[in-house]
Amino acid sequence: MAELEAGTTAAARRPRPLSPHLQVYKFMLSYVMSGFHRISGFVLYFGVLLIAWWLIAAASGPNAYANFEWFMGSLIGRLVLLGYTWALLHHLLGGIRHLIWDVGRGFEPTEREFLALATIVGSISLTLIVWVVGYLAMGGPR
Amino acid sequence: MKQNQILTPMRRVRGLGAAHTGTQNFWHQRVTSVAAIPLTIALIIIVISLLGRSHAAVVQILGSPIVAIVMLLFIINTAYHMWIGLQEIIIDYVHEDKLKLACLMGNTFFVFAIAFASAFAILKLSFGV
Repeated sequence: MAELEAGTTAAARRPRPLSPHLQVYKFMLSYVMSGFHRISGFVLYFGVLLIAWWLIAAASGPNAYANFEWFMGSLIGRLVLLGYTWALLHHLLGGIRHLIWDVGRGFEPTEREFLALATIVGSISLTLIVWVVGYLAMGGPR
Repeated sequence: MKQNQILTPMRRVRGLGAAHTGTQNFWHQRVTSVAAIPLTIALIIIVISLLGRSHAAVVQILGSPIVAIVMLLFIINTAYHMWIGLQEIIIDYVHEDKLKLACLMGNTFFVFAIAFASAFAILKLSFGV
């Protein structure tokens, strides 16, 4: 708006330096995991609707809770919950990786790639563990 | 002052940038992410322990003080964290001014609605009104 009109002189129109685009980066796991972190955060933004639905259904009464349980028990509901679990755990581990970087550690090439690998392997493993524990807590698949 | 220098000396010293809040969002995102580690683990434990239970049992457990307090902390912390996060995504990808303002406003509306609705549900479960 205002700042766009202010910058119309010849000097302001000369090409400005651009920040690196996605395609100039070498394809590395750390770069993929960087994207995954943002995507999982975006998914979790809407995934919180599940938590809200769960809480509101429980507060509303047995019928509303039965509807919620029916959806979560369906194949689509279980896939959504599986995706939510993975996104949550991936974002959690990715966030811990960012906190390690924030204190200035883990920047060496091997460390970077190890952290990236640990994020994806860890998130998938933890998702499986959480689901196995969940099914055991319910007394086996049903 | 050099000719192409846009910032006044005072603005450079304050270092708060165009949004007047400096690194506040960066720092608050770090604070909420540290808080989110134990809260997320707690959420997973709470959800697993409630799987397959009857509505009455779920209401009783979710409404008990410790569980309700943890859930409230999770919701409030998550709401602030995701508000900052989506704002960053919007600023990065949405460049058309009106659409950007609409997205930023929608982000705030969504986060407030989710946070208040969830918090209300938890309080209702706790106080049983």
